Parts: sequence; structure tokens; C-alpha cells
Amino acid sequence: MPAQVITITSGKGGVGKTTAVANLAVGLASDGAKVVCIDGDIGLRNLDVILGLENRIVYDIVDVIEGRCRLKQAMIRDKKLPELYLIPAAQTRDKNSVSPSDMHRLIKDLRSDFDFVLIDSPAGIERGFKNAIAAADRVLVITNPEISAVRDADRVIGILEAEEKGPGALIINRLNPTLVKNHDMLSAEDVLDLLAVELIGIVPEDENVIIGSNRGAPVAFDPKSKAGQAFRNIAKRLRGEKVPFLDLDSTGGLWQRIQRLTGRK
Amino acid sequence: MSETHSLIQIKGLRDGLLVSLDDAPWDEQRAALLAQVDGQPAFFQGARLALDVSSQVLRVNELVELRDQLSERGIALWAVISESPTTEQTAQLLGLATRISKPRPEESRQFSVENLGEETALFLNRTLRSGTRIEFAGHVVVLGDVNPGAEIVAEGNVIIWGRLRGMVHAGAKGNRNAVICALDLSPTQLRIAEEVSAILKPRDNPKPEIARINKAGKLQAEFWSPG
Repeated sequence: MPAQVITITSGKGGVGKTTAVANLAVGLASDGAKVVCIDGDIGLRNLDVILGLENRIVYDIVDVIEGRCRLKQAMIRDKKLPELYLIPAAQTRDKNSVSPSDMHRLIKDLRSDFDFVLIDSPAGIERGFKNAIAAADRVLVITNPEISAVRDADRVIGILEAEEKGPGALIINRLNPTLVKNHDMLSAEDVLDLLAVELIGIVPEDENVIIGSNRGAPVAFDPKSKAGQAFRNIAKRLRGEKVPFLDLDSTGGLWQRIQRLTGRK
Repeated sequence: MSETHSLIQIKGLRDGLLVSLDDAPWDEQRAALLAQVDGQPAFFQGARLALDVSSQVLRVNELVELRDQLSERGIALWAVISESPTTEQTAQLLGLATRISKPRPEESRQFSVENLGEETALFLNRTLRSGTRIEFAGHVVVLGDVNPGAEIVAEGNVIIWGRLRGMVHAGAKGNRNAVICALDLSPTQLRIAEEVSAILKPRDNPKPEIARINKAGKLQAEFWSPG
């Protein structure tokens, strides 16, 4: 079966795109899927650091596109998961080094060899974003429960609809149930009310995410972390499994309402 | 710099190039434009390009395809000017400008006013998301929400069958009798003619409201009641 190509994007920077790509890749590959992640943030590469593969980079995506190496030479195998690969971004070039048709060609070559191709989009809605969504079958929009991030997610969803990439599915990242309970943070329900798209996961705020990123060991490897569990669940949903939403502490009634809103039980 | 081709006209503007197409089939026009570009790559490299498509009705995928093809040749498409409201909407959805600093020739302006008079309405059966801007020389009716960051500028009235949380300007050419109605009127800002109001707060139990300029000359909203 040819690969499913999934792009993770957000509009706003710093909401967790790269973290989500790394963790979904780990989640999918831990379940036995063949996964390749592409860092689309040319000039500001990060995905290699979060996956702990920085010191193994020899060739990058621009080398492949400009014909300086073969595709296989730029693919870095993960330290722990043999079915997980990374194609890193170039750090010394900019977004204009790649065009949407370059992405189409690159992805075409990857489709037959993998189950999932995950593309990490840069922030913004310019060239890099356009490259990242060009070849996507499905787009996940990630946001934080704060007004500026939600506004940018709304803009991105509007562009995806206009480019006929479908409305995408939503990940709400860094939700803090205690703040929501005290009405100090937008609830998942508030976010969904505005964006009106399918929800594919809610990831709670969890300090283990930062610790994992700094160590180059994504939190999805950590069986005890709630955020890790949430990312593993999203990975399962991407494979078509029905997984109930996590019951985050002290938000019982709210969660049932969200499940009703999204039609998941 | 001026250049004529069988189907297309290219003019130099202060801030880029203006390419004018006529009403010939879109595929032919596009092929002619790309042929022109490929014939003089040095001239077009790095250009900002505005496209006047006359009355062509263009869909999103057609514009996206052209934009990508131009982008591969180092040309940035930044504006699409059209007499067709559908094409204008398409361009706005893609974040392209629909006006350029140089005004359109006077006759085509009059043409559009004749056709889009005060009694004409634009009906939008969708939610307007952040970054969408609708400008229309008549009334605007939306069946859907207007999200924060979306803008509607209409010369007539604006009716939202949904939640209004963005910015709406009714009577934009100075009509002080214009009204704005919404099922839930919680806008970022409302404007009617020259009056501006930003004092409307979201409510817990929204009811339909209608905003107009009252006798004292202030922009005010009141609940709609039947009869």
C-alpha cells in the first residue's frame, strides 16, 4: 500500500509542530509502521535535534533536490527504531531552495517504500508552508489553547480549504486542565467551537516533553508520560484505529462533551 | 516597457508587471503566458506579477496551478484583477490582492457599478475564516460564521446567519442607513458609514441583534424581536 503523506502545520510558531512530528513518527514506528519524516523548515532545522540525530547528518533535502546525492544517502535511520528515517532540512539555505514541484517529485519516490511520510512545516503561510502542504494527502493543524495560536490555525485552515487540501484535522497541544478548570485557559471546546474541524487529539501540558526534546528522545518513548500517551493515541488514530480520548484530570464533564462534539466515544 | 502577444498584453508598472488577458479559453491564455515567460527568462526572472483576467471565471485549482508554474520560473504572482466576483473571491481565498495601486480604467469601474448596484447581494454559504476579506459593492449575506480576523466591507447591508466575531463595515461608501445583523453579534469591530464601534461584548446567551446608526448619530445594536 502506498504511503500516507501527512503534513503538520500551525501558522504560528512555537506551538509544537516539530515535537508532534517527532512523537507521531515514534508512535507510528513503535507500532511497526515504516515511517520517514521530512524536516520542511529549511534554514531553521530542528527535527534532527529532537530525534537526537543531529550528529549523523551528511546530506540534506536540498542536496537531494539539487542532485548532489541519492535520496537514500540523505535518509538517516533512527537510533532505536529501525523502521524510522529522517530527511533533514538544510541549515545553510532558505525556503526558496525548494519548490512545490520538487516536493511532489521527492514524495513520489518515497511513497512506495513507506507506510507514512510525515512532513514538518515551518511557521508562517509563505513559501515553506506551501512546499510542506504541496504533496500532502492529509494535513494536521496543531494549535495551543490560546487566542493568537487559534487565530493563526483558523487562517491556515482557511488556506487549506481554498487549496482543496480538505479542512484538516486538529491537534490541541499543551492543554492545562487546571487552568481550563479555573477559566484561565481556553478549553478544547472553545477551540473547536471556533475552528469547527475534526479533532484528532488533545495533548496535555507535560514537562517531560521538554526534557525529552533536549535529550533527543521524544516523549512518546516514555510509557509514563501523559503527553507521550496522547501522541501515541494520535498515531493509532492516524492508522485508522478507534482510540478513546484521554481523560485528563479533573475535567470529566468537559471531556464527555468533547467526545460528543467530535462523534468519538 | 510594453509588449504585445496574440492573446496577452504585458505592461511595466511602478512595482512590477501587469499582464492583461482577454476572454479566450483559459488553457490557451495560460500556455501563451508561459511561452512568453520561457522565451525571455532573463526579463521575467524575479518579477512581481499582477494578472488582469478580465471576466474569466477561475477556480482555486486553476489559479494555484498557474501560481506554482510562475513560482517555478522565479515569478511571484501577487494580484489577480477580475470583473468576475467568483474569480475575485478565489484570489482572495488564496491571499492574493485583487486591487493594484494603479486604479482600473474608469469605464470598467462604471461597468461594475452598473452591474453591482445597491440592490445586488453576494451570498456566501460558508464560514469566513481569519485572513479572508470580502469587498462588495452591494449587500453581503453569509450563511456561516465570520471568525475573528475575517473582514467584510460592503456598500449595502450585511446579514450574518451565524456568529459574527470578525470585522464588518456596512455602508462603506457612506450610506448611514445600512444595517448589520447577526444571530450572535460579538464582533471585533463594527463600522457603518464613518461610525466605528468596538464596545460590543460577547454574551453567554446570544440572541439575534441588529446594529444601525440611531437618531443621535451613534452606532448602536439592539436585540431583534419579532413583530
